[in-house]
Amino acid sequence: MVRDITLGQYLPGSSFVHRMDARSKILLLTASVVFIFLCFHFASLLIMTGFTFLVLLGTRISLMKYLKSLRGVLLVIVVTGLFQIFYGSGEPLFEWYFLKVTMNGLVSAAFIVVRISILMMISATLTYTTSPTDLTDALEWLMKPLKLVRVPVNDIAMMMTIALRFIPVLLEETDKIMNAQKARGADMESGNLFKRIKALVPVLIPLFVSAFRRAGDLATAMECRCYDSGAVRTRMKVMRFGWRDLCALLICLTVYAAVLCCGRWLPSVF
Amino acid sequence: MSVIKAEGVTFVYGQGTPFQKTALDDVSFEMREGEFVGLIGHTGSGKSTLVQLLNGLLRPTKGKILIDGNDIWQNPKKIRQVRFKVGLVFQYPEYQLFEETVAKDIAFGPKNMGLPEDEVEKRVQKAARFVGLREELMEASPFELSGGEKRRAAIAGVIAMDPDVLILDEPTAGLDPLGRDALLDQIVSYHKVRRNTVLLVSHTMEDIARIADRIIVMSKGKNVLFDDTRKVFSQGEELEKIGLQVPQITKIMMMLRKNGFPVDSSVLSVEQGFQEIISCLSSD
Repeated sequence: MVRDITLGQYLPGSSFVHRMDARSKILLLTASVVFIFLCFHFASLLIMTGFTFLVLLGTRISLMKYLKSLRGVLLVIVVTGLFQIFYGSGEPLFEWYFLKVTMNGLVSAAFIVVRISILMMISATLTYTTSPTDLTDALEWLMKPLKLVRVPVNDIAMMMTIALRFIPVLLEETDKIMNAQKARGADMESGNLFKRIKALVPVLIPLFVSAFRRAGDLATAMECRCYDSGAVRTRMKVMRFGWRDLCALLICLTVYAAVLCCGRWLPSVF
Repeated sequence: MSVIKAEGVTFVYGQGTPFQKTALDDVSFEMREGEFVGLIGHTGSGKSTLVQLLNGLLRPTKGKILIDGNDIWQNPKKIRQVRFKVGLVFQYPEYQLFEETVAKDIAFGPKNMGLPEDEVEKRVQKAARFVGLREELMEASPFELSGGEKRRAAIAGVIAMDPDVLILDEPTAGLDPLGRDALLDQIVSYHKVRRNTVLLVSHTMEDIARIADRIIVMSKGKNVLFDDTRKVFSQGEELEKIGLQVPQITKIMMMLRKNGFPVDSSVLSVEQGFQEIISCLSSD
């Protein structure tokens, strides 16, 4: 049924990473992604891989879950890996028609595969450990500087919050309307693609009508409470930079420094 | 002869998940042909789940639903045929309207049945008359109608399928008192003409008492009572224990009886109550 679709990928928990401030998670994640691409040595790539697994363990979510998240990009990983193998420069190890495999190609293929994999997994930690509301709150805070250039940050954040809030409501509504039309003999499970798309009309029209009705009601309700997007509001859940965030920051800085040192003192493998 | 029969029906939502919840627990009953049955129960007592099981929108976890003696899930591919036989009007059915005109919307069900054009047309006219939709509204957009008219149009959409069993889930919710009475009267007169089986879910005891032959009482996923209307409402204390009430006039009569007046406490309407009090007083 429609209702079984999981919303986002948030997996509630109380691990170290779960309890970090969402803002620091976003910032440190972005920095880590940059540093993953600054690895040009086996040593530094090893450090970043180790760091990634440290973070994964810090979320207390089973590794299988992360490996499964790689499944979606498996094709991308395989294809880019193959291209790297054949596009390397230097002495060919062996040749087959126009395809040349070089040491350089093999190394860069290995690098790209490892990079994309740990990149995907470390990014997954953010959505796995942060609830959608915390995520929007954090994004709102991070977008604050954009206010200077007159970007309506508050409105954007409000829109995101409302959209997230209403996804389950609309899913439930879809379920209800589908049942009502099925009770009138609507056939949504059989027929070819064209027929199935046509069968969706009796569901989509009432759904849109009700979405607009809800939007109108919500706007009126907000108006009645004198909602003003520019008003300065306090929060029920105050975001705090705590000791966990400080620890995480120190660990990250150490890792980043190590990566930079590798770049400074070791010869590049490429 | 029973048209529709439930045999030990159990339904569990989200089986095997942490949110598992038993909505119906071993429910059995049968409805006879031409009968008007009321279904009452508290919010969350399993009424809505039950009506969706009866027309095959949900499949029982355990037990069987029989129509004319055949298990409806014998051949899951033919479940649509069951839905034509057991018409279900959901709560707030006006939210399912989608066509350009009222007539086209009412025709949606009969068209899905694969009926010929002229038969569809005939049924649409008939159904519209049953629910009291004025002729000039038939070519209007369903979104232009008033709330009550929308409700009628939606109910007509199910009646047009001419089901052997018609199930209405709180058809009068959200209507004003006048509209409520008018709609109920139309459903009663439809039942009188068509002589099919009707199952009406309602929160309003007065309505149920007035029109139902028999009543099913649901509580916490079980059918605790299924009997003639009079007998059900004579068990006022039982009903109050599960958070339901008897019609107000029945309650008054019960209190009179408690205070030593020898009146019959199983009356269901104000007129009956009036007669009963008069005869009680004059016999003194």
